[in-house]
Amino acid sequence: MSTPSRQIPWGALGPWIALLAASTFFATQSDRFLTGENLSLVLQQVMVVGVLAIGQTLIILTAGIDLSCGMVMALGSMVVTKLAVENGLHPMLAMLCGLLVTSGFGLINGLLVTRARLPSFIVTLGTMNIAFAVTQIYSKSQTVSNLPAALTNIGNTFTLGGTEISWGTILMVALYVGVWRWLNDTSPGRHIYAVGNSPEAARLTGIPVERVLVGVYVLAGLCYGLASLLSIARTGVGDPQAGQTENLDTITAVVLGGTSLFGGRGIILGSLVGAVIVGVFRNGLTLMGVASVVQTLITGVLVILAVLADQMSRKGAR
Amino acid sequence: MKLIARTLVLSAVTLAASAAFAQTQPVIGLITKTDTNPFFVKMKEGAEAEAKKAGAKLLTAAGKQDGDTAGQIAAIENMVSAGAKTILITSSGDAIIPTVKKVQAKGVQVIALDSPFDGADALFATDNYKAGVLIGQYAKAALGGRPAVIATLDLFPGHPVGAQRHNGFMKGFGLAAADAKSNELSKDASIVCMADSFGDAAKGQTGMENCLQKNPNINLVYTINEPAAAGAFNALKKAGKEKGVTIVSVDGGCQGIRDTAAGIITATSQQYPLKMASMGVAAGVEYAKTGKKASGYVDTGVTLIAGKALAGVDSKDTKVGTDLCWGNK
Repeated sequence: MSTPSRQIPWGALGPWIALLAASTFFATQSDRFLTGENLSLVLQQVMVVGVLAIGQTLIILTAGIDLSCGMVMALGSMVVTKLAVENGLHPMLAMLCGLLVTSGFGLINGLLVTRARLPSFIVTLGTMNIAFAVTQIYSKSQTVSNLPAALTNIGNTFTLGGTEISWGTILMVALYVGVWRWLNDTSPGRHIYAVGNSPEAARLTGIPVERVLVGVYVLAGLCYGLASLLSIARTGVGDPQAGQTENLDTITAVVLGGTSLFGGRGIILGSLVGAVIVGVFRNGLTLMGVASVVQTLITGVLVILAVLADQMSRKGAR
Repeated sequence: MKLIARTLVLSAVTLAASAAFAQTQPVIGLITKTDTNPFFVKMKEGAEAEAKKAGAKLLTAAGKQDGDTAGQIAAIENMVSAGAKTILITSSGDAIIPTVKKVQAKGVQVIALDSPFDGADALFATDNYKAGVLIGQYAKAALGGRPAVIATLDLFPGHPVGAQRHNGFMKGFGLAAADAKSNELSKDASIVCMADSFGDAAKGQTGMENCLQKNPNINLVYTINEPAAAGAFNALKKAGKEKGVTIVSVDGGCQGIRDTAAGIITATSQQYPLKMASMGVAAGVEYAKTGKKASGYVDTGVTLIAGKALAGVDSKDTKVGTDLCWGNK
């Protein structure tokens, strides 16, 4: 049996080449760009989208899509901060509750996709609105501040070779490496690729397709919960307006990272690179003093190039 | 049969009664950009209080997000068909103008609150340029002759309010800047970095981090609003540079005033959404009673609130700011 996940398609190198090219360019434009301090900042700026994108990648690998991720994350961050600050719950318990809520949303998404057989696009469009509304009602649209230190510790930094590195970015990279190994080296991980390639073929080989799908959505929900913890730690507040642009930003990161929207193909580390590319452009263009619309323009062009590369490599594979 | 007949009669009576009531009670519609931003929540509260006092019926609606003009257009149409004779709107964009013209032709008065657009009968709003000038003057005094190394955390490209505050700030600081009509952000050599914050704390923080990378000697930060200012402070603090950097802002929300009292924000220009809304409702009641429309621009006022009073700059302290702030006290 061929294992498409193990083949490294040419498309998989695309994101790394784009990142290298952009970094080289910015390094020639600003002598501050390549400093450890600056690169560490870029990672901190993309860690929320980066961790959200892990969940999004898992879902896209099954040929689904999740429009609710940013809103579910915002709800998670309100649950955690409100429980800890206003209800006086122990911060660890509050974080656990946040993770349960976001995983619960994942479970709802997963059950609706499998049991009710609704397209993920529609299901998550619905839960996106529900999560947003619940967030606003629950928080009365008020920001929660004065957080206990336990909620922001993961945003703290340690010094390595003169560079301050945030624990949050370490968590992000560790999650990526862990999920990458899990996808490649374990049978549940391999099943995700198989289901994404062809649910029928997967079913015939005895893979419990529905269980795999529900599991993927719950795991994705867990990732959104972890992202909400990072978002809280980074900004120091629970923000009910968070997550609104992150929804589409995660899809941008996944697509830039070379994962196919048709499912079954892609390397999760690419999504990290995709998220970093967006951060590098935002940072580099600010250092150059270029208007932010240019960044939006470049992101748009890159997304289309990435999808084109995917299409072409699919044709080549046939 | 009997039951159906009775129901029919009852509904007819109810309908007639409500129709008669509608004629005597002025109906006023309030449409905000969103219904989640505390600024608009406060505006709605102000309108509701005034409507209750004046015996008017208030309908409210909002776009789904800033920029959702389609949602606002639908709200205008729905409110007019529900009998509203005055629409108060914080425009999300010029796409609403054709619909506004259409309902004005039907005798509906349309008043712009907070955000100006062409064709409104009247505008009740903060003078955003002046709000910028005030914090610019304060910043000049705060630096006390030290050379300024400025970062601006603006709204997003092309928004008039963003340009007015930015250019007003420059003017107040004594730099050459475009006037209040311009939609473009002016530049100057002393402004070493400009980033878009979208009025959001997380994006403000990202913008400030990048600006500090560009120039670590920034000593003055202009921010479009207080969440952006809080984000900027977060970035400065993480870089160990929060001391000796002046952060000025605009809005005067209760959280922003608390941040000003805590020294996070040096000074902020406070605006008054509640007043915009209550004046709007009063104008709607007036129009229903006398048929006289409101017109022109009415400045709803702006006050400079500073943690520390400086010689030569007229400012109020944070206690005054707290009394007048919007949001949760």
